Amino acid sequence: MSILIVAEHDNTNIKSATLSTIGAAMQIGGDIDILVAGSNCDEAASAAAQIAGISKIIKADAPHLEHQSAEELAPIIVDLASNYSHILTPATTFGKNILPRAAALLDVQQISDIISVESPDTFKRPVYAGNAIATVRSSDSIKLITVRTTTFDAPNASGGNASVEDYSVGKALNLSKFVKQEFSVSERPELTSAKIVVSGGRGVGSKENFKIIEALADKLGAAIGASRAAVDAEFVPNDYQVGQTGKIVAPDLYIAIGISGAIQHLAGMKDSKVIVAINKDEDAPIFSIADYGLVADLFDVVPELEGKL
Amino acid sequence: MKIFVPIKRVVDYNVKIRVKSDGSAVELANVKMSINPFDEIAIEEAVRLKESGKASEIIVVTIGPEKAQEQIRTAMAIGADRGILVKTDAPIDLGGVEPLGVAKTLKALIEKEKPDLVIMGKQSIDDDSNQSGQMLAALLGWAQGTFASKLDIDGDKITVTREVDGGLETLELSSPAIITTDLRLNEPRYAKLPDIMKAKKKQLDIIEPSELGVDYTARLEIINVSEPEQRSAGIKVASVDALIDKLKNEAKVI
Repeated sequence: MSILIVAEHDNTNIKSATLSTIGAAMQIGGDIDILVAGSNCDEAASAAAQIAGISKIIKADAPHLEHQSAEELAPIIVDLASNYSHILTPATTFGKNILPRAAALLDVQQISDIISVESPDTFKRPVYAGNAIATVRSSDSIKLITVRTTTFDAPNASGGNASVEDYSVGKALNLSKFVKQEFSVSERPELTSAKIVVSGGRGVGSKENFKIIEALADKLGAAIGASRAAVDAEFVPNDYQVGQTGKIVAPDLYIAIGISGAIQHLAGMKDSKVIVAINKDEDAPIFSIADYGLVADLFDVVPELEGKL
Repeated sequence: MKIFVPIKRVVDYNVKIRVKSDGSAVELANVKMSINPFDEIAIEEAVRLKESGKASEIIVVTIGPEKAQEQIRTAMAIGADRGILVKTDAPIDLGGVEPLGVAKTLKALIEKEKPDLVIMGKQSIDDDSNQSGQMLAALLGWAQGTFASKLDIDGDKITVTREVDGGLETLELSSPAIITTDLRLNEPRYAKLPDIMKAKKKQLDIIEPSELGVDYTARLEIINVSEPEQRSAGIKVASVDALIDKLKNEAKVI
């Protein structure tokens, strides 16, 4: 078997989600190549070549690939597909956007968001917001798969020495034009790979009040998350959202503050190792999955916790 | 401008689902069914475009059982002009109609109806695949604006803001295009009673998949459906000091 990983990167660094995806590929077994498609992406390709256990890096470098649009990337994946038994991307907004487009062009039914590899053609994936787990077997000749990155161990990002091969990129389709991006800039760890996540919900009450969540997160060296309610109320930007349709996280410690625990939120964090819930409503559903619950007014205990750590 | 809005009949998002004891599927008998929440957002967006004079007709389409007419009628009550049901008895959540089959069906309908824009939910809350819109865009060779939180139409110019992991990304798409909706695109309205009555008179065509040259043989065989591992409730601590003690000495995570 041979597996192609479509790397998520920013033309300089390989995103950690890509590493976990390689972890899933290693469980399938076989040679693993990585496609690095971007613009001026030499650095990202070199970083990919350092990852342990990789055979080959395929570098597709062209100005129109800078923002890695699905329209431009899918034909490259399709062109490479005949050399592979499996093609994997992380189940991030990057992977979710591009891989189905390639799958349809290949007449393949993609397998989304796998959480385990049972055999090279059989996988487990959560459905119904994680309230059921489906085991599915694919009859397609090539398997196109997105990987839930929190459930697979990442290989070593160094120690490898893969060759880098240039891919000859065709003409731009120009179906879409990049206008701008508004990305949150933060010194804090990345939400999906942080060891500790401190999340706030509707109970936090305002953007201003979110400062006490930030102070606690900074004390712990944690990333900040939020429930959908807190994002909808514009306390924090959309990229903070944890849940079924936001980010899936599984840190060592997840502290849910002022979050009631809707099913859609639990779907995004219930695989965390240790869950702490702080809420003044003792009947809040979040307590039914928390390892440690503290029934209290968050405005009293969060600053106290921050002060005592 | 003609807008196509594909929707799906799914278990209502408030229902706590149950896996069948034989592990074959999720129990759907006597369960409240609704329009997939992301698709409600798609309908709302299309109706707003019509209200602002930018769209002339909204066609809502679904694939599913006879009863999926209920969801089409609801969409019509919100403001869709006419509906198409592609009728099938194949399961529509798992092991039957899959995203690739959905995309092929929609492609065949779009070639007939020739809409200028497709707005659809980014994923359905039953199988959570998040594929159909992207697949449809691929089969048609159209631009795709997935996970949209803002949509601007100005003549032929389609500007879409997408919710991505890093924050927001804005793209300009060539027309025609596929938009898939995210949660913050809009807040869908409720259908009003007079509109529900009026919707009963709107045109609803029922067609067979074979008329479109598609079949719903599943590519992904469902081997088993099971309950996830349950996480049991832990303990309540009485104070911040007790919490810190537990985290340091018992869980050893700080």
